[in-house]
Amino acid sequence: MIIEGKEKKWEIVCGLEIHCQIISESKIFSGASTRFGADANENVSFVDAGMPGMLPTLNRYCVHQAVKTGLGLRAKINKFSEFSRKNYFYADMPTGYQITQFQYPIVGEGVVTVDLEDGSSKDIRIERMHIEQDAGKSIHDIDSRKTFIDLNRAGVGLMEIVTKPDFRSPEEAGAFLKKLRSILRYLGTCDGNMDEGSMRCDVNVSVRPAGSDELRTRCEMKNVNSVKFVMQAIENEARRHVEVYENGGTVEQETRQFDPISGQTKVMRKKEFAHDYRYFPEPDLPPLVLTDEYIKQVADELPELPDAKKARFVEKLGLTKYDAMVICENKEVADFFEKAAAGHDAKKVANWLMGDFFAMLKRKNLTIDESPVSAENLGALVELIEKNVISGKIAKDVFEIMSETGDAPEKIVEEKGLKQVTDTGAIEAVVDKVIAENPDKVSAYKGGKTGLMGWFVGQVIKESKGKANPQIVNRLLAEKLN
Amino acid sequence: MEKITSLTVHETLDGLKNKEFTATELTAAYIKEMEKRRALNAYVLETPEHALKQAEEADRRYRDGTARVLEGIPLGIKDLFCTKDIRTTACSRILDGFVPPYESTVTANLFAAGASCLGKLNLDEFAMGGSNETSCYGPVVNPWQEERKLVPGGSSGGSAAAVAANICAAATGTDTGGSIRQPSAFCGVTGIKPTYGRCSRYGIVAFASSLDQAGPIAKDVRDCALLLNVMAGYDHRDSTSVKAEVPDFTKALGQSVKGLKVGIPAEYRPAGLNPEIAACWDRGIEILKSAGAEIVNISLPHTKYALAVYYIIAPAEASSNLARYDGLRYGLRVPGEHLDNMYINTRSAGFGKEVKRRIMIGTYVLSAGYYDAYYLKAQKVRRLIRDDFVQAFNRCDVILTPTAPTPAFPIGDNSMKENPINMWLNDVFTVSVNLAGLPGLSLPAGLSGDGLPLGLQLIGRAFDEETVFKAASAIEKECGFERLK
Repeated sequence: MIIEGKEKKWEIVCGLEIHCQIISESKIFSGASTRFGADANENVSFVDAGMPGMLPTLNRYCVHQAVKTGLGLRAKINKFSEFSRKNYFYADMPTGYQITQFQYPIVGEGVVTVDLEDGSSKDIRIERMHIEQDAGKSIHDIDSRKTFIDLNRAGVGLMEIVTKPDFRSPEEAGAFLKKLRSILRYLGTCDGNMDEGSMRCDVNVSVRPAGSDELRTRCEMKNVNSVKFVMQAIENEARRHVEVYENGGTVEQETRQFDPISGQTKVMRKKEFAHDYRYFPEPDLPPLVLTDEYIKQVADELPELPDAKKARFVEKLGLTKYDAMVICENKEVADFFEKAAAGHDAKKVANWLMGDFFAMLKRKNLTIDESPVSAENLGALVELIEKNVISGKIAKDVFEIMSETGDAPEKIVEEKGLKQVTDTGAIEAVVDKVIAENPDKVSAYKGGKTGLMGWFVGQVIKESKGKANPQIVNRLLAEKLN
Repeated sequence: MEKITSLTVHETLDGLKNKEFTATELTAAYIKEMEKRRALNAYVLETPEHALKQAEEADRRYRDGTARVLEGIPLGIKDLFCTKDIRTTACSRILDGFVPPYESTVTANLFAAGASCLGKLNLDEFAMGGSNETSCYGPVVNPWQEERKLVPGGSSGGSAAAVAANICAAATGTDTGGSIRQPSAFCGVTGIKPTYGRCSRYGIVAFASSLDQAGPIAKDVRDCALLLNVMAGYDHRDSTSVKAEVPDFTKALGQSVKGLKVGIPAEYRPAGLNPEIAACWDRGIEILKSAGAEIVNISLPHTKYALAVYYIIAPAEASSNLARYDGLRYGLRVPGEHLDNMYINTRSAGFGKEVKRRIMIGTYVLSAGYYDAYYLKAQKVRRLIRDDFVQAFNRCDVILTPTAPTPAFPIGDNSMKENPINMWLNDVFTVSVNLAGLPGLSLPAGLSGDGLPLGLQLIGRAFDEETVFKAASAIEKECGFERLK
């Protein structure tokens, strides 16, 4: 995106830092549960509460999840990584320091390919990813004078993914976040729910004259909590920078806050008040050393990721790129589709899935897991159309019944007698009847109004209560009228 | 007859097994002695009911024949070890009234082996000090020449004084830069800081995580071995504890030192070394030599940097470890108008002068712009100090040095009050061992001209406490040191 200034054109330079809550049963450095929705301070161990003499112990599963994520980001897994302490006082950080990774992160450089609306794609480079513990929550709105602390989240494992400043538009950043979320969900390493805070985004923005390669002072916006807001924050902050520069000012390096109501950003912390975190290697934890065998073992467990799945759906199943992209964004949808398409016409299944099926889910406000229509039944329905057992029109009625009862389409067709009539004799009788009852239309047709053919077909199908096979009807009518 | 409280742990165990006395009688005798010796200020909390209850159980087990290895042995516990349901303060006001809902691994191991808890022992606040004078409960008096009011050393001053005064059978200590060995030397008792990672640090109030290590302080070498057998071992709750086999250390005692190569580091004999200390050291060398050991002159060239390195790394880690004492969840809270004021008020009132000094030094050396010059440089030199020992142990099996540069000094010594560096110099012979993570034992080996105990230090290879014990028992046997009875 190019911002048209008064004097010149400007381009956006933006990088993201995304905190992703690791899916794990217990916290990253303690055995306390990570269960969401527990009562305040219910999931807190002595370690999480920073009690004297308590020591962190690294959760093996969180390491596994991080390596898996690193591989999903096509990134280098660092066989040597180290934990560090980031020191600062805050009431919801019980030890007075956060255990994180600083100099030696577990994951190095990687890349994520994003799909843009114009059908093109772009590679966004990943700078690094490290693992760390989350802080607790300060709750200010229970009492006007007191702040309450909930440590349930304190110590939950996070992966912090840092991109290179590769975004040139809000759209690219939005597409990246969606793609990242999709990858994480495929991997099962983070649920990616930004509104619940399990994925949180810090946005770094600067601008420069279009075409230049300089890097100007950037501002950071903390904890922007939806894809839409991230896009808004980038655009508005970039426009603010342009305005500052064009009015002869300089942009100050500072931390800003995005206000979702106004869509604007405001100063949170000036550079002078930036914390000195006094990072140093965490003496309670030895360095984390991974072997090639371990990394390979994790790699072998990786599921097929959205890009690979998309390519396969296009090449092997004949889907369009767009359909494949929509279906692959969500692993549950892709899995459902594959199950439904097995042994049937994949393109037709995709059409049904993205058409009537999605519409039904939306209308009933259901997730795909809650769908009354099973994948097998959706496939079976497409098969019934393919085999001329029912017409496409009847299929829509059958689908309606399926989405109410969850019954198999064969059963519905059988019970309601909706089976398409393919017996030529039976259809011929109806055709003859329609011809006999409409001599004026017949002569008009024979007089050259061939457009009446459609009317004849409609009449026959209507007479047969929709069950007559349209191809046979067409053929017989043509024979008899011509 | 000798008082039963004067017996060593192994003698006491014999007495209990042979039904010469019961655990309850023994415990009652210790409780009586503790009351008599309160002027020493060794205990900051006495738990007599607790000890008597444990003694009852011990007596039952002796009757049942289910007695465990330390059944009925009454211990004093340094107040740095968290003890479940028993107040634990690290002798700091900031932990005022803190009662841990958990037990440290080391004390849990000891109690699971049948030992009991007579009470919590005094120490320098958060183990920061070499004289036990920084404790918020006031100084401990060295039981040797009590009337002279000398320090017991520190930080495990209460532990060493209590063992020397026979008001516990043995005690736990911790050692970050000499805190087991130096007070052991000052009080004429034996203490060992095992290899870093030998004992779990779980439940020990942290001072400097990469240096802290627990160990016993006891009446003789055998008692130290007996206690360490129980205290040591891998603990999954401490990621720095090491999965190493714990041998029976008592097996090393009394073994011949013939052919053992004993290293004598030149750097530990600077010009101006206290002649009494030097003489004690020479006597130790002579004893080992007479027993057939081979004396090897070695060099530990980076020794001169050890104190400087120690006083960067230890405060750096401490400044971070002590950040959790914020008045929010436990211990002292001094209210303030805003959160920041509450922190300031609480920490100003809760920490003593020496602790504040170290927090400030530690914060400084980790700050942006100073990190490379101080902390990072110190870590590099720490590696060189470790390498010195690796080199030295290519030439010898164990190293013999003095434990401290002086005998016990008076409480309130002016030169140390005026310049804290003078106090820090006490650690000159001990800190390298912590920086290198090696085992170091101090045993009493003689008396100064005015009758104060002097200690010798034996340093071993990592996880080779056995050689240290072997050499220590050889010196102990010959030097004829008389404990206080």
